[in-house]
Amino acid sequence: MSILVLADLVENQLAGTTAHVVAAAQQIGGDVDVLVVGEGVQAAAEAAARLDGVKRVRVADNGVYAHQLAEPLGALLAELAGEYSHVLAAASTTGKNVLPRLAALKDVNQLSDIISVESADTFKRPIYAGNAIATVQSEDALKVITVRPSAFDAVVESGSAPIEAIDVVVDNAQSRFVDEVLATSDRPELGGARVIISGGRGMGNGDNFKLLDGIADKLNAAIGASRAAVDAGFVPNDMQVGQTGKIVAPDLYIAVGISGAIQHLAGMKDSKVIVAINKDEEAPIFQVADFGLVGDLFEVLPELESKL
Amino acid sequence: MKVLVAVKRVIDYNVKIRVKPDHSDVDLTNVKMAMNPFCEIAVEEAVRLKEKGVASEVVAVTVGPKAAQEQLRTALALGADRAIHVETDERVDSLGAAKALAKLVESEAPGLVILGKQAIDSDNNQTGQMLAALANLPQGTFASEVVVEGGQVKVTREIDGGLQTVSLSLPAVITSDLRLNEPRYAKLPDIMKAKKKPLEVKTPDELGVSLASKVRLLKVEPPAERQGGVKVASVDELIDKLKNEAKVIA
Ligand SMILES: Cc1cc2nc3c(=O)[nH]c(=O)nc-3n(C[C@H](O)[C@H](O)[C@H](O)COP(=O)(O)OP(=O)(O)OC[C@H]3O[C@@H](n4cnc5c(N)ncnc54)[C@H](O)[C@@H]3O)c2cc1C
Ligand SMILES: Nc1ncnc2c1ncn2[C@@H]1O[C@H](COP(=O)(O)O)[C@@H](O)[C@H]1O
Repeated sequence: MSILVLADLVENQLAGTTAHVVAAAQQIGGDVDVLVVGEGVQAAAEAAARLDGVKRVRVADNGVYAHQLAEPLGALLAELAGEYSHVLAAASTTGKNVLPRLAALKDVNQLSDIISVESADTFKRPIYAGNAIATVQSEDALKVITVRPSAFDAVVESGSAPIEAIDVVVDNAQSRFVDEVLATSDRPELGGARVIISGGRGMGNGDNFKLLDGIADKLNAAIGASRAAVDAGFVPNDMQVGQTGKIVAPDLYIAVGISGAIQHLAGMKDSKVIVAINKDEEAPIFQVADFGLVGDLFEVLPELESKL
Repeated sequence: MKVLVAVKRVIDYNVKIRVKPDHSDVDLTNVKMAMNPFCEIAVEEAVRLKEKGVASEVVAVTVGPKAAQEQLRTALALGADRAIHVETDERVDSLGAAKALAKLVESEAPGLVILGKQAIDSDNNQTGQMLAALANLPQGTFASEVVVEGGQVKVTREIDGGLQTVSLSLPAVITSDLRLNEPRYAKLPDIMKAKKKPLEVKTPDELGVSLASKVRLLKVEPPAERQGGVKVASVDELIDKLKNEAKVIA
């Protein structure tokens, strides 16, 4: 078996998710290649080469692949896929954008968001917002799979795989990058944070999210949000946790002013310890919380910040 | 310009599903079904494009059992002009749906195809991208804004790090994210009118596609239950528990 892992990039640097996907690939077994695609991605390739268990890093560095637009990236993957039994990517917005294109070009199915490897052709994945776990077996010759990063422990960085350039260049007259507005923050990213504190509609407005800052500083936490808080414009979309936002599994998740709708729970209920702060003692979030504090967040948060 | 919009019949998003005791699948008997929420957003966007004069006709499409015609009627009540039902009783996966939709893209030649980004039953998030590949079209997935200008469509996409804007040549495929728009509710007179709008039924055979899937569903289990925990009475108690019991903070 030979497995190709598409590296996830954030502003041309290797994203932390890739080390989790390599771990899933190792569980499948066989040789693992990592493919780094973009423009100016040499540093990412070098970082990928350090990931444990990687046999070879392949780099396609060309202007046509800048920003990893789906059309050229899908075409490149389809060119390379013939050499592999499995192609894996993180269930990030990049992986979700391009892998189904590859699958369709190869006339195979895609398995989305797997959370465990049972064997080389059998995997578990959540369905219905995580309210059921399906075990699925693929009889396709090529397995195209996106991996939920939080479900696999990252491989360590002790390797030194060779880096090889790929000179396949496809053309793309269909799509063009216009611009990108990326959130900038000194805090850890949601995907990698050990502690996350999230605010919901109960926060009342965007300004009040500042109440979470001091606590996040003390706990070195990332800040997340419910859909209601994003929809209301309190905070930007990249902070949404849930079925259709980011899926996280930190050691500690603190939900503040969040009711606990199944779509929100889908994104955080695999956290090790969950704390809920809500003034409604009937709120469903308390059913999954290890520690629930019934109270007004406007009193609880300042007190929590001062006592931590 | 014609707009094709794909809608899927799924379990209502408010319903908490149950797994069948024999673990063969989830139990959908007597469960409330509805249009996938992301498809509602897709329909709304198509209808708004028509109201703005950008689109000339909105065609709603579904691939699924007879009962899925309910969701096509909903799309018609929301403002679609006509509907196409690709009828099958087989389990339809995303690749199968994309293949059927690709045939309709060939025959209908729309300027835009709008789908939801994800069906809330399978949580697949694949069909739009697959359709785009099969029909050799560009794609704007997870869209939060769509602007058609000239022969191009500008799509703002919700990506992990923030927002990305791409410009695509038409025809193109778009998948809707939650914040693309807020769908309207169908009014009673529109629901009545929808009953008279044209709804054409085709079979996969007539389209020349096979919906057979190479993925076998071996087992469906409920997720590991989380033990409900305890309520704490004060911030002090909370901090004490986190430090000394759970040991997640120093
Ligand atoms: C297709 C689809 C996908 C979705 N995807 C997601 C997703 O990815 N993520 C997501 O989060 N949601 C998602 N949702 C939305 C979800 O169904 C809920 O609407 C949403 O999670 C509610 O957010 P909330 O808990 O912040 O708001 P609410 O449900 O309004 O809860 C607010 C809570 O704040 C509490 N509160 C108010 N004031 C105070 C105070 N002063 N002190 C303490 N507590 C207070 C209230 O008691 C209440 O429990 C999705 C919905 C659909 C249909
Ligand atoms: N059987 C189907 N019939 C019509 N549209 C579908 C079907 N399956 C998926 N879709 C469309 O594709 C979107 C994403 O579904 P999926 O990729 O399967 O999660 C849905 O929101 C629909 O717009």
